[in-house]
This record gives sequence, C-alpha cells and structure tokens, in this order.
Amino acid sequence: MEAKVLIPDPSKIKEELINKYPAKVAKKRSKSIVVNDPEIVPEVQANVRTVPGIITQRGCSYAGCKGVVLGPTRDIVNIVHGPIGCSFYAWLTRRNQTRPETPEHENYITYCFSTDMQEEHVVFGGEKKLKVAIQEAYDLFHPKAIAIFSTCPVGLIGDDVHAVSREMKEKLGDCNVFGFSCEGYRGVSQSAGHHIANNGVFKHMVGNNNEVKPGKFKLNLLGEYNIGGDAFEIERLLEKCGITLVASFSGNSTVGAIENAHTADLNVIMCHRSINYMGDMMETKYGIPWMKVNFVGAESTAKSLRKIAEYFGDEELKARVEEVIAEEVPAVKAIIDEIRPRTEGKTAMLFVGGSRAHHYQDLFSELGMTTLAAGYEFAHRDDYEGREVLPKIKIDADSKNIEELKVTADPELYNPRKSEAELEELKAKGLEINGYEGMMKQMMKKTLVVDDVSHYESEKLIEMYKPDIFCAGIKEKYVVQKMGVPLKQLHSYDYGGPYTGFKGAVNFYKDIDRMVNNPVWKMIKAPWEKSEPESLEASYVAS
Amino acid sequence: MLLRHTTKEVKEREGLTINPAKTCQPIGAMYAALGIHGCLPHSHGSQGCCSYHRSTLTRHYKEPVMAATSSFTEGASVFGGQANLLSAIETIFTVYDPEVIAVHSTCLSETIGDDLQQITKKASDDGKIPEGKYVIYASTPSFVGSHITGYANMVTGMTEQFAVSTGEKKDQVNVIAGWMEPSDMREIKSLASRLGVKIVLFPDTSDVLDAPQTGKHEFYPKGGITIDELKSAGDSKCSLAVGCISAEPAAIALEKKCKVPFETVDMPIGLSATDRFIMALSKAGSVKVPDEITAERGRLVDVMADMEQYFYGKKVALFGDPDQLIPLTEFLLDLGMIPAHIVSGTPGLRFEKRMKEILERAPGANFRNGPQADMFLMHQWIKNEPVDLLIGNTYGKYIARDEDIPFVRFGFPILDRIGHSYFPNVGYSGSLRLVEKILGVLMDRQDRTSLEEKFELVM
Repeated sequence: MEAKVLIPDPSKIKEELINKYPAKVAKKRSKSIVVNDPEIVPEVQANVRTVPGIITQRGCSYAGCKGVVLGPTRDIVNIVHGPIGCSFYAWLTRRNQTRPETPEHENYITYCFSTDMQEEHVVFGGEKKLKVAIQEAYDLFHPKAIAIFSTCPVGLIGDDVHAVSREMKEKLGDCNVFGFSCEGYRGVSQSAGHHIANNGVFKHMVGNNNEVKPGKFKLNLLGEYNIGGDAFEIERLLEKCGITLVASFSGNSTVGAIENAHTADLNVIMCHRSINYMGDMMETKYGIPWMKVNFVGAESTAKSLRKIAEYFGDEELKARVEEVIAEEVPAVKAIIDEIRPRTEGKTAMLFVGGSRAHHYQDLFSELGMTTLAAGYEFAHRDDYEGREVLPKIKIDADSKNIEELKVTADPELYNPRKSEAELEELKAKGLEINGYEGMMKQMMKKTLVVDDVSHYESEKLIEMYKPDIFCAGIKEKYVVQKMGVPLKQLHSYDYGGPYTGFKGAVNFYKDIDRMVNNPVWKMIKAPWEKSEPESLEASYVAS
Repeated sequence: MLLRHTTKEVKEREGLTINPAKTCQPIGAMYAALGIHGCLPHSHGSQGCCSYHRSTLTRHYKEPVMAATSSFTEGASVFGGQANLLSAIETIFTVYDPEVIAVHSTCLSETIGDDLQQITKKASDDGKIPEGKYVIYASTPSFVGSHITGYANMVTGMTEQFAVSTGEKKDQVNVIAGWMEPSDMREIKSLASRLGVKIVLFPDTSDVLDAPQTGKHEFYPKGGITIDELKSAGDSKCSLAVGCISAEPAAIALEKKCKVPFETVDMPIGLSATDRFIMALSKAGSVKVPDEITAERGRLVDVMADMEQYFYGKKVALFGDPDQLIPLTEFLLDLGMIPAHIVSGTPGLRFEKRMKEILERAPGANFRNGPQADMFLMHQWIKNEPVDLLIGNTYGKYIARDEDIPFVRFGFPILDRIGHSYFPNVGYSGSLRLVEKILGVLMDRQDRTSLEEKFELVM
C-alpha cells in the first residue's frame, strides 16, 4: 500500500524535525522517528526517557495507575496519599462515565480523596495520617474497597503504603484495602503506572469471588475505560448478541465484577498497552486466553464481534452476531454515504495514547481520509511493531524498576478454556489470540511514525504536511488550533462520544465532518488583511 | 445524586481531605511565570506535574499553555535532579529560545533537597545560559500552602531576581497583581490609564492567555511584563500589592531589596474594595479621580440600589481563594446578602483574621480555611443550613445540581464555561458584571419555579 495522497519526502521531513536539537538529543530522537514500511516494519525506539526540557505530551506513573486503570471503577474509594495536587488534577477530568445500578448504589467517581500531605508529614512520615484517613473514609462511607495511591514524596520518605493497607484491611474486617507504589517518577511515562495497576488489581481483586454466574458465552472486556460512554455502546452490542460481560477493566465497572472476572472464558483486549499484563497473568493463572479486538470503527466492530463468535465456536452465536451486524450496519452506511464525499481525500495525524493512535486510523479510513503520520505518547515497541518483537526488547533500568509478578497456574482454578491445538486453529483463522500485530502493519508505506512526539516536532509536522485534522490531547488542542488546524482530542473526545461500536462510528463521522468542514477556519483573516493596501488604492483609481 | 455519599452529619476529620478547595503550589508558579513576556515556565519534577498543570490551565483558558519539565525518573529522584535541570536548560534555550526560563520546584525535587539557586548558578557558571537570557526560580513544594502561595512565590521570585535599583526614581507605580484573570489585569491597566497613573503591572497574563486566533501559534504571545519593565520596578516610587496573600510577599521583597515602599490593598472586587483600590492608586500616582470613573462607580451603585430587593437576605455559600474571597464576601454584604458558608483550602492566619473581621457583619457564618476546609465540609454545612446561591469554581456544579442551588462560576478553575478570561470581575464595571451574573441566576430560578399566577413579566 502506498499513500493515495501526495506527501512530502518523509526522510527529508525527519531531518527537518531533528536538525534544531542539540546533537545528543537529535541522535536520540532520530531513533524514535521512522519512515514506515508495513512489509518490513522498521524498529521504533519507544518507552524510553523523554529528554529533560523537551515539551512532551507525557504524564506520570501515578496518572496511568490511578487516573487510567483504577479511576473508572465506581465503588472503590481511591485515596491519594500525598500533597493535594495529584488527587485534584485527576478529579473527574478523564470523563470515565459510570451508571450505578440504582440511585442508591455506590459511586465515588465524583469524589476526590487525598491525605493532603503537609511539610510535617514529609519530615516525620505520613503513615499515621494515612491510617487516620483510611479510617475516616471507612467510617463515612463503608466502601467495599479502599485503594491507596503513592505520589512522589511517599516513596522517597519511605512510607509503606502496603503495610498500612494490610494493617487497615485486617482492622476494618469487611473492607479490602490495598496500595499502589505508583510514584510519579517511576518508569518513563504513564505506562509504568498501567503495569503497577495491573499487578495490584490482579493481586488484590481478581479471584476474590469464585461464584460462577449464568451465561453461555462469558468474557471480560479489558482496557476499556468508558470515556464518553464507549463501554456503554460495547455493552449494548454484547448484550444484543447474547454475550455475557462478566467484568470490564475498568469502565463502568465494580469491585464485585472484577473480583469475579476469572470465571469468564475469554478476555478481549481493547487498549493493549494499558492492560496486556492482566491478559497474560489471567491466562497463566486461570487458563483464560486473551484476544485483541477493536471496537473503534464500524468495520472493526463487526470484525471483532465475528472473532468473538468464532472463538466460542457456536453456530447459533455466529448467526446471532451476523443478525446484529445486519441490523446495525444500514444506519451506519446511510450516514457514511452522506458524509464521505465531504471527507474523502482529506488527511489526518494522530499522536495520542498507547492504542488510540492505531484504533482511530480505522475510523479515518472509513471516512476516506489518509493518516499521514502517527505515534503514541507512552507505548512500547510491541504496540508499534507487533508482539513478535517482545523477545527482542531490551529491558532498561527504568523498566526493571517495575515489578513483574511471578504468576503460576492456580492449583484449583486453572482450567485452560481451549487446548493448544484449538488456539492454533483459531490463530490460523486470523484471531489475534494472545497476540497483537501493532500499528505499523496497518499504516501505509512512507507514512511517518513518531514516538513521544515533542511540541516542536508536532508544529513542524503541521507546517510541512498541512493535515486537515490533528488528533492529540488537551495540551495540544489550542496550540494546533491556533495554527488554523482543527484538533480532535482523543483522550476526552472534546466532551463528545461515544466513538465505539456502530453508534460511536456514526458520532465520529459526524464530528470529523463538522470539524474539517467548519467555516470558521476560513474566517481567520480579517477582510482588511486579505488584500494589499496597493490594490485597494488601485481599485480606487480604477473606479 | 452526583454526590450521593455526602452525609448531613458533620464529623471532624484529621486525615482525609475530600473534594478540596485548593490545589498545589507549582500550578500557581506556572501561571505567574506565563505573565512574563518571552518566558517558558519549567517544572522541576516528574513529567506528571507539568502535564497536569498545563492541562488544568489549558482547560481553564482554552489557550496554549507552554511549559517544560525536568522529566525526573527514579534515578534522578535518588541521585538528585541537577543533571536533569542542567540538561533541560540547555535543550530549552536551543529549541525554544525563550528570554527567560522560570523554574519552579515540586514536592519531589523539594523532598530530595534540590537547591534551585545552586543549580541555576551552576548553569550560569557552566555557560549554559546564553548572553542576555535568564533563568529565575521559585521554591514551591506542593506540601506547603496552595496554588495561591505558589503563585505568590513565583511573583516574589521574578521581583527579587529582576528588579534593580539604579538610584534614579521613575515616575511610575508598581501594581503587583494577585492571582486574577487576564481580563482583570487588562481592566486594572485600563483603570490606571484612565486615572492617568503610569503603572508597571506584573505579572501580566493579558495577551498571553487570551490570545487572538491569527492562524499562527505564537509560542511567546505578545503579552506579559517585559524583563526591562520588571527590572525598572526597583526604581518605581511605590508599589501597590493587590491581594494580601498572593501579591504582598513580592512587595515586601521589593521593599527589602530596592527600598520601594508599598501599600497592600484588596483585590478590587465589589464596590468597597474597588473604592479603596481607586483611592490607593490615585494617591500613589498623585492624581485626582476623573469624573469618568466616578460615573462608572455611580452606575454600579445605581444597579445595587435598583435591584436591592433581589439580593436582600439571600444566603450564599462560597469557596475559593483568599484574595478573591475577602472582597467578594464584603461585596455580598454590601449587596445585603448573607454569606453563610465559606471555605478555602489555602491556609494562613492573615486570611483567617481578615475574614473574621469582615464576617463580624454576618454573625453565625461558617468559615474555615486550611487542610480539611474542603467542599465536602461546605456541602455538609449546606445540607444543614440551605443557601440561595453558590459561588465558586466549576466543581461547585455537582453541589449546585444535587441541592438545586443557583450557581455563579467564579475563581479557579472554571472548566466548563468561557468568559472569565475575557470579561473582568474587578473594578466597577467588573463588579457590575458580577452583579448581573448573580441577578441572572437568581431571577432565572424565580422564573423557573414560581407558580404560574406569580410569574412576573417585569422584574
């Protein structure tokens, strides 16, 4: 595949992107900027430190742990142990929607809990205050679970959140208390926090409730955080197909569901980067295979539903899935047929997250738009090049600091849902069982792949490529729009969505149509700025 | 209910803060630094700090907020962040070419004991700061104070590190802005110009965080106090510190360094505080207040008199930041309203004392500041003693909806409306806008809930 639209020579562009950097920085950045070839898939340097002083999109480990993975589950009281800011900034800003069963059911997502650490606690230790805070939270709310998140000073002063959690769990009796060492300095981005969160959820929650609930086709949805209601749309489709969702990690989810997740027969993974650890660990301990799916894009949604049906291998389910697809597709087609003539041939760039920069390319291609350049904010090489590179990835000092849980098969609960042979057969049918092919195989030849894109590089890319739309986050939103290019936020969806499933695809088509064709972009120049004063004079003389 | 677990019964808490009415120091330092022309704020800590601060400021302003970070990893946290900061300074001057880098610390770098003064000196000694360029700093550990004191620290830093006394006094007055919006700063400049007083206003985020759409991203927008102006602050005849918590520390530092005398005034929000501000500024500039400003004042008083029935006796709950709450509470009292519950997460005895003085006119009012003076407590107070109006930042909308209270957005952050960066709340016209907003929500409520036979055409 070659790009259909004319694009500048990518190797020249790469040169342009790095030539302003100090020599050492340029050398480092050049390994993270590659010209794509889907046939051979070149190596991309990823998951390495950002150079200090470079304006990066990245956040920290705490953000990945508390903000991304644990935040969306509604009935955990998440106490942030540290100064006030960390909890404040993660308060409701990620748009994880949730729908409690009744108006009485628990929902702590609207609350912000912090130990509001003061100087005296940094000097003399904060464990005592943390215990008091846990007790106060318990007395006020009697939650099923309390999670503790360590911020930077906590690890440095030596507060042991795990010991405090154990002590308080024992003391309280009916409340699961557990801690996360997700200090912001761990790892090189949010990604470290995802891994830490996976470990904690796996250790302290999954497997706590062995009750097998009814349902013929039972799965967990991993790496779906219900931003803008994405999980609601997927839930709707699964239910319509007769597939039982045991637990979602962790959008619109509950403690009870996660504790019961190991009773499902399949894990489907949306955001590979943030949750693949969970898939691997559950497979090893319980024998549940995982499969990469993508519910972003109408075609991808249909494909993913078919793959799930294929996995369960039930003819009735397969037929039902086809019925559902047949029912849903006409509404999508009607909209895309109307919109596509207005978006066809336009171009996009996506620099965001750890899987969205890949998934959303499907929606753009449904709109007839070409992705010129893409990259992730905090992904690893496997998210770019596919999981087959995993054995080749060198573990550096920053990754070594993140605990790898030693997981073994559970003596009682391990039950391989499929035999090796069956899994091989499914893989041969194109199911990404315990696998992920990554972003680059889907991108066209000569497109540009940039990991951890800097502010400077994004501005240069926009100047040189002049894309019709740029996808990133809130920090980039108004910078790019000041350049006269609309920016679609793919963390918060610009307060819209959902974008998953069939209904979500329609929402996205409409939003992109509105953005790339909005008349405001043609109104930037004042009428008196458009013509030269000389011509004004000339026209005056002529009349 | 959005806040369905908030109980009516108030239990004293000592460990847990719930729904804070403050955030941490570094974001204030970042905001203040954006008020220097050609400045790139720099966060000396983990990447998350910088990312969160930029995100919050961006959501509040819907504008680019550029800032860099030392990108601490575990190694830096163990061995110290000096190498990171030195490398950051070099990279920033090469790639982003600012006039000045304004470094602030974080809880991380403070806990490990990084000394910004020493590191910036080393950067200078090592020749990492190009000729004519600057690196300034402020210590802003997140476990002290709040975003407001962080702002004050950076304003103090820019004053101390730039202002010089040449021995030749200039006929100009420093106006040191407490934490206020770009619109407020613009209004203060306009008031001074109409009064005929030459002022040096700093920091100044107007034309930085309200930049026009031009089709080009100006990395360093047109606005901001210039370094030359900041230097000249040492030669000004006097300073007005606008806000006793967020502006006064800089005025004290300037007096100490350059012997510039100062007076502290409240932020000009509402009638009485604006009166005092105008008097102080006219005195400092030795000018008479022109009729134009007296007339502007008269228009505010006129509306207050004409609409007094809608304000009188209405109970208000408010939360936010000290320098705004002090004059705002006073203004509510001037309007005949009853401030019933007030919280601010920002600690400080000075603030407490000022509020208590003002609240002598409102016996029975609940006021608390510092840790655990949070929105959860205020919500509980509201459940015990309901109010007619809620004033505060965007997070108030959860309480407003649950308790069905008319709500005016005021303070930081406002994430769900625009206007605060364009239309001021200070001065007589800003106060008039505030009156209009309060009246608007109260009257909309009456229009929505009155019985059909009581539905009023004229109000």
